[in-house]
Amino acid sequence: MSGASRIKPEEVREIATLSRLRLSDEEVKALTQDLDSILGYVAELSALDMTGVEPMTHAVPFDCPLRADEVRPSLPLEEALANAPRREASFFQVPRIVPGPAGGGGEEDL
Amino acid sequence: MDPRAATSTIASIVPAVRAGKIRAREVADAYLERIAREDAALGCYVRVDAEGARRSADAVDAAVKAGRDPGPLAGVPLGIKDIFCTKGVETACASKILRGFVPPYESTVTARLAAAGAVSLGKLNMDEFAMGSSNENSAVGTVKNPWSLAHVPGGSSGGSAAAVAASLCVGATGTDTGGSIRQPASLCGVVGIKPTYGRVSRYGVIAFASSLDHPGPFARTVEDTATLLEVMAGADPLDATSVPQPVGAYAKAARAGRQSGSSLNGVRVGVPAEYFAAGMDPEVEAAVRGAHEELARAGATLVPVSLPHTRYAIATYYLVCTAEASSNLSRYDGVKYGARAADPKSLEELYARTRGEGFGREPKRRIMLGTYVLRAGYYEAYYGKALRARRKIADDFAAAFAKCDVLVTATSPVPAFKFGERMGDPLQMYLADVLTVAPNLAGIPALAQPCGFSTMGLPIGLQVMGPPLGEEACFRVAGAYESRTSWHEKRPPDVGGLK
Repeated sequence: MSGASRIKPEEVREIATLSRLRLSDEEVKALTQDLDSILGYVAELSALDMTGVEPMTHAVPFDCPLRADEVRPSLPLEEALANAPRREASFFQVPRIVPGPAGGGGEEDL
Repeated sequence: MDPRAATSTIASIVPAVRAGKIRAREVADAYLERIAREDAALGCYVRVDAEGARRSADAVDAAVKAGRDPGPLAGVPLGIKDIFCTKGVETACASKILRGFVPPYESTVTARLAAAGAVSLGKLNMDEFAMGSSNENSAVGTVKNPWSLAHVPGGSSGGSAAAVAASLCVGATGTDTGGSIRQPASLCGVVGIKPTYGRVSRYGVIAFASSLDHPGPFARTVEDTATLLEVMAGADPLDATSVPQPVGAYAKAARAGRQSGSSLNGVRVGVPAEYFAAGMDPEVEAAVRGAHEELARAGATLVPVSLPHTRYAIATYYLVCTAEASSNLSRYDGVKYGARAADPKSLEELYARTRGEGFGREPKRRIMLGTYVLRAGYYEAYYGKALRARRKIADDFAAAFAKCDVLVTATSPVPAFKFGERMGDPLQMYLADVLTVAPNLAGIPALAQPCGFSTMGLPIGLQVMGPPLGEEACFRVAGAYESRTSWHEKRPPDVGGLK
């Protein structure tokens, strides 16, 4: 790749934070290179004249149909919780997100 | 019951099972035995469900015995890509982050297949989250191409294509977001179709890029593929993007094409110049040109057409699919299902470490690219532009189908490549999809079928595309070609015992 890179490691780290992905330094380095080369390739779309072209978000036209607003059976609680990595009673369990009297706030406190 | 026999097709098995001439249980056992002998060297299955298969087969036999209708797929052993949710059977999408996930519900496709009497043998390997063209991105091991163990089977539905080619199932399910049914079908020498967008329900299919994801079937013959699609297709109240039109008579269309003589009289076959671009293997080009001549001998008229925006298809595709993937894959956060990083100190850390440790290289790359192109300030420059380019690509097809009934091209510009050959450069891997991504962007049906072998003995695949809901035209043309050639009768050698 040439010196004029489209993306820098700091920006890759920023995107990783937005994507909720913890990356190693090696991953940041590799992704900087990969994204730079891919972004270079997709830049060829700039050659297209898009004047008056409607964006196409879906292959078939469809409007989001609304069903009748009525109560229907849903997944039973036990089945919905069956795959939870951690649960307590009828809740998915995660590390403490608000400060509380119990202190520190790691997952072990729950 | 020999799974490699020419009669081991849906067209032969179903009437025999329904007439009580062979038991579904015998058929299932023959395939389970073959998987036990052959699959260690190939790696097609991530999970064999022998118990479930025997239970389903016994239920079919019981229905036959009791005089009840066992269904249009009675006793047909199928492999299911690990992207289809199967109630009570682990579904991990070949990813570490979904390891251990046991769906509490069944996908519409697998529910319909089971209701039709099909017998699921287990779940098939794939590229993680269906992202890849070689099956090298699976977190649970690679699949080998049955024609040469040093070569990739294609992807992402590599396990599906290889399992059908190696007679480890009669048919299989797959998904195709940018070629993931057609490219592996081509590289493994089997038939596969990506139908019109919305023709097959996506309910219970783990989402990669929702506006591009198309479930579809694989089989060894055009008619079997058509029969499977007839069962899988149809409107579904659980998928708001499924199309309401009635399902076509696909198997009948395949048989109509097969009739001797000029079965394609009056059919206009479009030949787009852009699909013979630089970089195409000369053996692939020769095989496809030969197929055009064969179709002309069957009565078809060859019509030169142009799809001028083809060269923008890969760039458009990788912008749209990564944008959608970054959004779809945000649900894997270690809270409700799947893997979770050990001992996170905060919720933020739980998310970032679970995802950092759970996703492989390719999903990370696509999440990152997708997040980048959707960012405030970049959205219009990348994603917005891609959506407009998508319209131009779809308009190209609409203009072409005003002049012809189907388009016939190569599926992959090259036969199977070797393991490791393209892994170092993601862009090179993406370019493997150059002939398959445009039909996904336009949502039109496209079928892959064998049309020759390279001098190295690797399969070459033809691609037959039709206008929206033009599956019947695709099956008719593919059926005609198949009946005039014998590529589909070839079998790769057994590899049992090889490692």
